Amino acid sequence: MELNWMAWTWPTATFFLIIATTLVVMTVLAIKFPERERVGILHIPTTRGDRLFITLLGSAFIHLGWLFFLDIQLWWALVVSAAYAFIVFRWV
Amino acid sequence: MNKWSDNRAWWLVMPVVLIVAFSAVIPLMTVVNYAFQDTFGNNEFYWAGLEWFRDILRSERFHGAMGRQFLFSFIILSIEIPLGIGIALAMPRKGFWVPFCLILMALPLLIPWNVVGTIWQIFGRIDIGLLGATLDSLGIDYNYTQNTIDAWVTLVVMDVWHWTSLVVLLCYAGLQSIPDAYYQAARIDGASKWATFRYIQLPKMNRVLLIAVLLRFMDSFMIYTEPFVVTGGGPGNDTTFLSIDLVQMAIGQFDLGPAAAMSLIYFLIILLFSWVFFTVMSYLDRAEN
Repeated sequence: MELNWMAWTWPTATFFLIIATTLVVMTVLAIKFPERERVGILHIPTTRGDRLFITLLGSAFIHLGWLFFLDIQLWWALVVSAAYAFIVFRWV
Repeated sequence: MNKWSDNRAWWLVMPVVLIVAFSAVIPLMTVVNYAFQDTFGNNEFYWAGLEWFRDILRSERFHGAMGRQFLFSFIILSIEIPLGIGIALAMPRKGFWVPFCLILMALPLLIPWNVVGTIWQIFGRIDIGLLGATLDSLGIDYNYTQNTIDAWVTLVVMDVWHWTSLVVLLCYAGLQSIPDAYYQAARIDGASKWATFRYIQLPKMNRVLLIAVLLRFMDSFMIYTEPFVVTGGGPGNDTTFLSIDLVQMAIGQFDLGPAAAMSLIYFLIILLFSWVFFTVMSYLDRAEN
């Protein structure tokens, strides 16, 4: 099958591979260690999958905000997102 | 009853996964790929990095379109939701007039978007339209092609005309699910009309109202056809909403890269709002049970 029309690049392919790997790992983890809901600082019950979603969506907005407000390298937004992910998985 | 679980049941989800992959995931991936590249057609692409995202996020044009989009959604929600509740409360609960009212309410929902646009486009014209000509003969200066306020009023009234019915039908369904005993108890307690509404009807409509708000928000946030047919985004850019701007950029100017970046930002905003609504909805659900 021709995939030219999808205009693949290595950076975007890497991005999707990481997302796909994350999903697979989380699925395997969910099978091995079933998810249990807990209530954190947001006062809503969340499972591990929910926290992953909150992390990914929040990280997208952190990156967009970074591009909007700052002219510093975007890699630092990734660092902030990692910190954000830690907070979400730990306390949300 | 004994429940048994079998993980092989997950295979039954496969058809849906395949269809969604084909119709949504793969196109979305392509959009992501486009957003980081520039093209002059001919299927040749050049790496552009983060340029389009930065351009779009900082462009006045995008801010304008987004501001108008939020304003539009806010206005129509603040009209359609209370109006819908009001009409649903006023509708008969049983008897001969119920089917009549329901059909009357469902009628606007059956009309396709572009037809609604055309109806209002003609309805508002000063030369041949009933609304436009009447306003004109009353001495009211109304022209939706040249006056921003007139254009906005026309679009808002059109949307209210088209979609309030949806809110009404949802609320009506919520109201119908309240057993008579609740009303009898309220009467015995001497509850006022307001108290009945506040403590019996509104809590019962809670869930459907959230669905109504979510549906109306998403629909109005994506609105394209009606304003495109009626005003074409004008006068100037005054009714150019996000989707109209996006189509102009992607198809009018063939700027696929910036258009892809813009649609991703657009998508993320909708995703955020849908998640918030969904979370609130399930939270209320649990609180109720």
